Amino acid sequence: MEILDIIKPENQVFCKTKLMTDTTLSYCPGCGHGTAHNLTMEVIDEMGIVEDTIGVAPVGCSVLAYDFMNIDMTQAAHGRAPAVATGIARTWPEKYVFTYQGDGDLAAIGTAETIHACNRGENIVIIFINNGIYGMTGGQMAPTTLEGMHTSTSPYGRDIENMGSPLKITELIANLPGVYYVTRQSVHTHKHVRKAKKAIRNAFENTRLKKGLSFVEIVSNCNSGWKMTPNESNIWMEEHMFPYFPLGDIKVNGKLK
Amino acid sequence: MAELKLMKGNEALAEAAIRAGVDAYFGYPITPQSEVIEYLMAERPEKRTGMVVLQAESEVAAINMVYGAASTGKKVMTSSSSPGISLKQEGISYIAGAELPAVIVNVVRGGPGLGTIQPSQADYFQSVKGGGHGDYKLYVLAPASVQEMSDFVADAFDIAFKYRAPVLILSDGLIGQMMEKVVLRDQIERITDEDLIKNQGSWATTGKKDRHRNIITSLDLQSEKMEARVHRLQKKYKQMELEDLRYETIQCDDADYLIVAYGSSARISQKAVELARNKGIKLGLLRPITLFPFPKKQLFDLADQVKGILSVELNSGQMVEDVKLAVEHKVPVEHFGRTGGIIHTPEEVLEALEQKIIKHGDFRHHKTRESSIL
Repeated sequence: MEILDIIKPENQVFCKTKLMTDTTLSYCPGCGHGTAHNLTMEVIDEMGIVEDTIGVAPVGCSVLAYDFMNIDMTQAAHGRAPAVATGIARTWPEKYVFTYQGDGDLAAIGTAETIHACNRGENIVIIFINNGIYGMTGGQMAPTTLEGMHTSTSPYGRDIENMGSPLKITELIANLPGVYYVTRQSVHTHKHVRKAKKAIRNAFENTRLKKGLSFVEIVSNCNSGWKMTPNESNIWMEEHMFPYFPLGDIKVNGKLK
Repeated sequence: MAELKLMKGNEALAEAAIRAGVDAYFGYPITPQSEVIEYLMAERPEKRTGMVVLQAESEVAAINMVYGAASTGKKVMTSSSSPGISLKQEGISYIAGAELPAVIVNVVRGGPGLGTIQPSQADYFQSVKGGGHGDYKLYVLAPASVQEMSDFVADAFDIAFKYRAPVLILSDGLIGQMMEKVVLRDQIERITDEDLIKNQGSWATTGKKDRHRNIITSLDLQSEKMEARVHRLQKKYKQMELEDLRYETIQCDDADYLIVAYGSSARISQKAVELARNKGIKLGLLRPITLFPFPKKQLFDLADQVKGILSVELNSGQMVEDVKLAVEHKVPVEHFGRTGGIIHTPEEVLEALEQKIIKHGDFRHHKTRESSIL
């Protein structure tokens, strides 16, 4: 059997996500962003809600998310995505509104907007990519950078006494009454990808049911920023990131686990 | 039906927002403009028209909520006072860059810093010279009465949607806090979501249905594209100058001397014109209603007629720079203004005119002296 005999629609197991554009991803090879984009778009496609979905892109590596996600999107100022999403969700209560933010955006410069959108229980989804570093600006320390981790602004390692501890903003948020669903996932293996997709689906279903805010953290790698090969970075993530940022549901149906 | 009421400037503005069919207001309390959000909350606009009113966690959040709602084509506004407007500048720059319609109200108080809660016009530079980062301008309306606080809301939205650009209503603590009679405009129905999608669907992010996706951003990493965006903005500003300049002239026809003043200073200067005329001084008043666009040509022409011009502002001399630019050294231009929240009286204005302009006679051919505060 020739290879061309196999490449037929009926034999196709995977195909390109319908709601992704044909634009080549600007992310580094090995980065988790592409998978997180895919999962979000697959969920929106499978739920058949593209006509009613508005995404909010952040500042950071995913600032150009709208180049890849084939949906209506508004790009927000650094850290302000939850406020921008609030403005949209409040004036379009029937729409599905989500933000897609990194750790610098969500947990440093945008902390106030994040906490208060969560506390008000805005009926939105926040997808939070946590890779413990500022990727786009070239590998500076993030609020979630681990203790001792080397970055260009903590070249001798993050010193807790001087620079504070890595911020567990997800746990913080889970304690707010307006927040209905909080989970921490990853996308570095097939198993984790499937779980993460389920979590994102759950989050958007909550929006449909007007349950309030759903928060999906995805702990991800940044092989470029961490100065590792993609594979090394995934192993490092399992060994170092997961113990500090443990995977799993933190709050389900408005109840802390 | 038009309704006559006695109202505070801030309240008249808030009532006008409901009646103009505004979809949402996002704000944060600050003196001397807190009555805007207080009035809106008390009026239950969600019941009257379905208008959304939300107290944000900060001015920064409020302007970004405006950005979000405006990106979907909604009629949305915010208000604040000077320190809060400084916080909003990032968002205003994004709104200008992303070409979104929105109305921002500044009920100015004295600065810099925390300054004073008393009236001031010290935010002129911030309002007309950009304020935030980048190559942009705001269309700036300067109300001089409670009536204009009311009327300018709908007018501001007309301009904002005509150009898809942010419009600033530059008021001050005096106009915001004082009570006057006001004729309120009739209620305009809020636009339905269906009509909004029909009218603004070519650009607004309302959800991708039967069309290509819409993207709202101010980012263009390709220099040529970014330059094209900047050029597009500048074209709008040129068109504003040609089509939407607003000003008022009072007793300018036979004037030997001219005062240029906007907002509360214009009200005070109007009385100074009366006092001057009683003394036999032929004084006129040019009141810019829009600070951008600025009545440059009108000033240039009036400079051929008058012997000197006094720019009266509640600040240390800001608009006077634009007056000088417009007049091109044809006649002396001086500034007068009190600061710190002190409001000049008509008598002080007239005295300044006599001291700084008239006393020196017709010094048309003299060099303009340094501007100074009395």
